[in-house]
Amino acid sequence: MGVRRGERWIVRHVDITVDRGQLIYLIGANGAGKSTCAKAILGLLDIDEGTIERMSSLEVGYVPQRLALNPTLPLTVRRLMTLTGRFPKDHIESALAAVGLDRLGDPPVTTLSGGEFQRLLLARALIHRPDLLVLDEPAQGVDTAGSGVVLDLIQGIRRDLRCGVLLISHDLHAATSTGDDVVVLVPHEHDEPPPARPDPPAHLSRREARKL
Amino acid sequence: MLDDFLIRALLAGIGIAMVAGPAGCFIVWRRLAYFGETIAHSALLGVAIAVLVNLHLVIGIFVTAVVVVLAMYYLERRDTLPTDTLLGLLSHGGLAVGLVLLSFFPDMRLDLQGLLFGDILAVSRLDLAVVWGGGAIALGMLWWIWRPLLAATVSPDLATVARLHPERALLVFGILLAAVIAAAIKIVGVLLIVALLIIPSATVRRFTSSPEQMAAGAAVAGVIAVAGGLLASATLDTPSGPSIVVTALAVFLVTRLGRPRREVNAR
Ligand SMILES: Nc1ncnc2c1ncn2[C@@H]1O[C@H](COP(=O)(O)OP(=O)(O)O)[C@@H](O)[C@H]1O
Ligand SMILES: [Mg+2]
Repeated sequence: MGVRRGERWIVRHVDITVDRGQLIYLIGANGAGKSTCAKAILGLLDIDEGTIERMSSLEVGYVPQRLALNPTLPLTVRRLMTLTGRFPKDHIESALAAVGLDRLGDPPVTTLSGGEFQRLLLARALIHRPDLLVLDEPAQGVDTAGSGVVLDLIQGIRRDLRCGVLLISHDLHAATSTGDDVVVLVPHEHDEPPPARPDPPAHLSRREARKL
Repeated sequence: MLDDFLIRALLAGIGIAMVAGPAGCFIVWRRLAYFGETIAHSALLGVAIAVLVNLHLVIGIFVTAVVVVLAMYYLERRDTLPTDTLLGLLSHGGLAVGLVLLSFFPDMRLDLQGLLFGDILAVSRLDLAVVWGGGAIALGMLWWIWRPLLAATVSPDLATVARLHPERALLVFGILLAAVIAAAIKIVGVLLIVALLIIPSATVRRFTSSPEQMAAGAAVAGVIAVAGGLLASATLDTPSGPSIVVTALAVFLVTRLGRPRREVNAR
């Protein structure tokens, strides 16, 4: 799969497979095209090459890298949970409980901290009971201890929902130790074979994607 | 009772404000004020076309406004010009062409002043029927697209992933806006209609904690502004559009007098 803007390929030769219950990491430097890959997989932008195959009636949950809210729009935590669908109260409560936001009351979302807001977006995505969860740097702006908490959360959700997870991250260490597969986006100036990489850890196959 | 021009104007104004409030919230949330101005300015072109082909004014304005909305959606996707430049082009282009066309009909008893600033005497029984019928349809449409439109306002990507078709909701909203503006022109006028959309929602924002509350509150604030403004217009013999906007502004300022209320964190 590849995405082009003008003459320039933003990502190219990317090959990602996420099966049910798997945790797949998508790793790469800033600007390597991770978010672009995620959006292509979600059908948010058209690809210029290759194919994307989805299981029929695939329910997808998405946590974008950033979400800028207009402060003139009044939204509370619980109102945000029903932004893209109607859900019974107990579903809302259990989704909030899954990310540890159930005892917060119902404050305006603008008063949440960065980490709380990220977890709220995660709860909002998982209330749809997704088969596939796409998370774009969910631990961004969270300290190291916090990112461990986020990872534990994601692992718990994956077990409970038996969903596939595509996790975009910078943390190669966590990726190699917890991922079922790691896809690394490497920027390349020319359409040449990628340079040799160190051997991947034995328990996982690492695929490489190149960016022209 | 409907023979009284003031009653007719009041009924029409209240009908308009009840739709303009919720629609105006989306103008504020989506930062579409200039888009609203563009539709309003195109109304003069709509009047000219209505005169040319002998249509009801509100229908002529509505059809022209819908064309402008569709042009905007098309150009935004196709053209590389920035959105506000495109809007400026359509907005002032529509206004200018409309004024030029209208100047070809010196015999027409068209009251330009009334078109620009609203005319309390202008509301006929037919207008009243058009406003309430159209208003009911508009509110129904808004109800229908509420969740997709709100989701698209927070994040088009989240709306798309949830298969809510945000593009469709935005198009329906554009048409709805055209209808609201067309209906409101007679009372508020081309130049001030956006104020009736924006000021009520800005007034109630800090008293509300959900989008639905804010929409309902804006409808109430709009009704107050329209009723107060029309009564003032009738008593003081002032133009109706400016009187309504001044009333809306006064309500806005009064609610600002108190100490600003902080948003309370429930923890
Ligand atoms: N719509 C777009 N038009 C042109 N270039 C884009 C567009 N979206 C992203 N890019 C470029 O593509 C590259 C990859 O962006 P992104 O996918 O956000 O990277 P990452 O998420 O890995 O940091 C960046 O250089 C960015 O400038
Ligand atoms: Mg990114």
